[in-house]
Amino acid sequence: MSVRAKLPRWAELGLLPAINLIAALLLSGAIIKLIGESPWAALKLMADGAFGSQESIGYTFYYATNFIFTGLAVAVAYHAGLFNIGAEGQAYIGGLGTGLVCLWLGAWPFWAVLPLAILAGALFGAAWAFIPAWLQARRGSHIVITTIMFNFIASALMTWLLVNVLIRPGQQSPESREFAPNAFMPGLHTLLGKIGIPFTSTPLNLAFLLALAAAALVWVLLWRTHWGYALRVAGQNPAAAVYAGILPPRVTLWAMLLSGALAGSLGLNELMGSQHRILLDFPGGAGFVGIAVALMGRNHPVGIFLAAVLFGALVQGGSQLSFDMPHVNRDMVVVIQGLVILFCGALENVFRVPLTRILTRKELGR
Amino acid sequence: MTSASLPPALELRGIDKRFGAVHANRALSFAVAPGTIHGVIGENGAGKSTLMNIIYGFHRADSGEIRVHGRPVEIGSPQDAIAAGIGMVHQHFMLVGNFTVLENIVLGVEGGARLAGGMAKARAGLEQLARDYGLEVPLDTVVSELPVGLQQRVEILKALHRGADLLILDEPTAVLTPQEADQLFKMLGRLRAQGKTVILVTHKLREIMAVTDRVTVMRQGAIVAEVATQSTSSRELAEKMVGRAVLLQVEKGPAHPGATLLTVRDLEVRDRLGVPRVKGVSFTLQAGEIVGLAGVAGNGQSELMEALAGIRAPSRGEIVLGERDLVREGLDSLERRHLGLAHVPEDRLRMGVVTGFSAQDNAILGYHDLPVYQRGALLNRAAILGGCEQKMAAYDVRPPNPNLRISAFSGGNQQKLVLAREIDSDPRVLLVGQPTRGVDIGAIEFIHKKLVALRDAGKALLLVSVELDEILGLADRILVMNAGEIVGEVARADATEEKLGLMMAGVKGEGRA
Repeated sequence: MSVRAKLPRWAELGLLPAINLIAALLLSGAIIKLIGESPWAALKLMADGAFGSQESIGYTFYYATNFIFTGLAVAVAYHAGLFNIGAEGQAYIGGLGTGLVCLWLGAWPFWAVLPLAILAGALFGAAWAFIPAWLQARRGSHIVITTIMFNFIASALMTWLLVNVLIRPGQQSPESREFAPNAFMPGLHTLLGKIGIPFTSTPLNLAFLLALAAAALVWVLLWRTHWGYALRVAGQNPAAAVYAGILPPRVTLWAMLLSGALAGSLGLNELMGSQHRILLDFPGGAGFVGIAVALMGRNHPVGIFLAAVLFGALVQGGSQLSFDMPHVNRDMVVVIQGLVILFCGALENVFRVPLTRILTRKELGR
Repeated sequence: MTSASLPPALELRGIDKRFGAVHANRALSFAVAPGTIHGVIGENGAGKSTLMNIIYGFHRADSGEIRVHGRPVEIGSPQDAIAAGIGMVHQHFMLVGNFTVLENIVLGVEGGARLAGGMAKARAGLEQLARDYGLEVPLDTVVSELPVGLQQRVEILKALHRGADLLILDEPTAVLTPQEADQLFKMLGRLRAQGKTVILVTHKLREIMAVTDRVTVMRQGAIVAEVATQSTSSRELAEKMVGRAVLLQVEKGPAHPGATLLTVRDLEVRDRLGVPRVKGVSFTLQAGEIVGLAGVAGNGQSELMEALAGIRAPSRGEIVLGERDLVREGLDSLERRHLGLAHVPEDRLRMGVVTGFSAQDNAILGYHDLPVYQRGALLNRAAILGGCEQKMAAYDVRPPNPNLRISAFSGGNQQKLVLAREIDSDPRVLLVGQPTRGVDIGAIEFIHKKLVALRDAGKALLLVSVELDEILGLADRILVMNAGEIVGEVARADATEEKLGLMMAGVKGEGRA
């Protein structure tokens, strides 16, 4: 009879994350107070830095785009019962695919380059995820271990490629030549400008819309097709999957292919949209932030979008904060981000248990 | 037998416990006289296990008092319970399989940092205990090599070794043959004669009637009756448990077996380690009959069912459904379903449902790729919802809410939905494993009627159950399995509990061997 009472949906999806976020901000405020700055002013600076102007909003959503792709990647694997720690490496290798298309086919018109760049990014990312997936499905190697190792392999491979193969001749820094302008992802400000809405020039670009489309696609695939149904059954109860004629190893392969393809799309935003070349370490940890985003977004596309915007705001608002407050440096901002991850991910049960008790008691009283 | 002058061995006063919105125990009060066997009976979910877990210190009551021999005690952990002289034998044994009996018994009470001294003392003590209570167990045998009945004896010795004066047995006969159960009851009688007190928690009326002195009946977290066993009857207890009159017997007419639907020839199934679990089994299923597969749990029935359903690949043999050899064609469970072989799995929660899914999503498990549930490339949510609503209505699943998570339904309602899913697919052959495990009496009646109706509609059913009563009540023909072999086949008319019990224990019967 040990039935665990459950939180109502609105509290699960709205109230609880809000309480967790507030707790993280309170603790961050205490730390900022401790180093001699005003927490209130810091919060205002951060909020202003993230959402205060068209420019800051543009940057916030530009960062969020990366996190949507990696967050979706982690979530798809999670629903299949897999913990994909390798989104970072898959994004890195996927970006290579996108970058190569842009380097080679830069002379083609943009609308011909775009689908090929999307396809190449997805294929490269999926291929990088396929090897750990195959090793788990057929040989039983644990995917957490192999995906972590494949991050390192990706990093080493990309360093070698950039230093020895792709480097622009006669240049010191390990990066490729710039893409031809045809292969630039159009900025959102140009797209908005075309329909008569003025917007400041920011790195926010078409890839943001592609990320939203990817989120919608993931939702349809997982919850509205029998393929996604099978994936979720295998993730939640492998024995029931076998009973139902679903083969868990096959699900592992397909789920990781999709997961890698989503992570591999990061290059569309980061390379085609902003850097316009292949360079060292361009994912910049977005693959790992994706884990936190998926966790906080309850592995649901809508939640992932909201969590990605939050983390985008933390990055953008945080850099504004370290710029304007002399005592708060980059590391302090990382501490604040860490607290948000800690409270929203690792410690979410701290408030869940008392909240459940309060809410269910109220219901009994009715 | 009862010593009225002495304070009760265990007395509960107003024990109350809630889990969130669930009121598991409602102000329970009862007393167990020393030197008696006290039965606690109730349906699944009546709150028996919660109560026992409170007595043994796994849960803490929200309010109420526990007294042992008249003295109030605070029980916050199993250690406290043991200190108060309470011992518990769980339904699932808490034994380390690759330790010897002696090592298992001293585990946690080794008596010091060095083993040797404590072991020697324990050995002497245990030999004394074994003599006093007739509980002989080979102390130096590795536990996993002992039959289940003896493993249970080890659990009892373990409790006695820790000084238990009051023994709680939770569903002790679930894994025993009828003969082993009889031995257990004799042993309990000896414990009673020596002044120990026993609480027997069960849902089997027969056991309550056979061994207890008094019986407490629980329903929905409350005590609905407490009576001397002599002054009551099975029927009366069943009615009190369910709250209405129930049919203990399955009503069915004679079977009219027709054409052979399923033929199994020389089927061998090995486990992951390559050990044969099913050893060359052959039988047939005819249209319009229920064939019962009796046996003590763990004698190959589960592996046989899984091989038939396509979950486990056999290492040898044929399974022929109609004209098709399922083994040679290598068909998986989905393809077998399409051919009309449906399966209600033995372990519902492990295999039959996905606990995190809603009822409607569980109602298509294994049928999720059927055209009727698709609309182009997408799932047809309206058809899934409608299908679930219709199943819930036809099988009286309560509450009839397709969006509710399956884990929020009682075991009986979950099982009704699983049955509805498998029977509605209009199978030719239905494999049914433990159809009423964890199901309350009211739902058992309903499920049995549905199975008989399916038989009368000309389908073939293979029924696996560890409840011999269920096999005897439903089956038209009974196969008995022991150690991976079918040791005998008995027509229902010739079957008695004693006969089947002997065959289950490995004594070969007449007919095919």
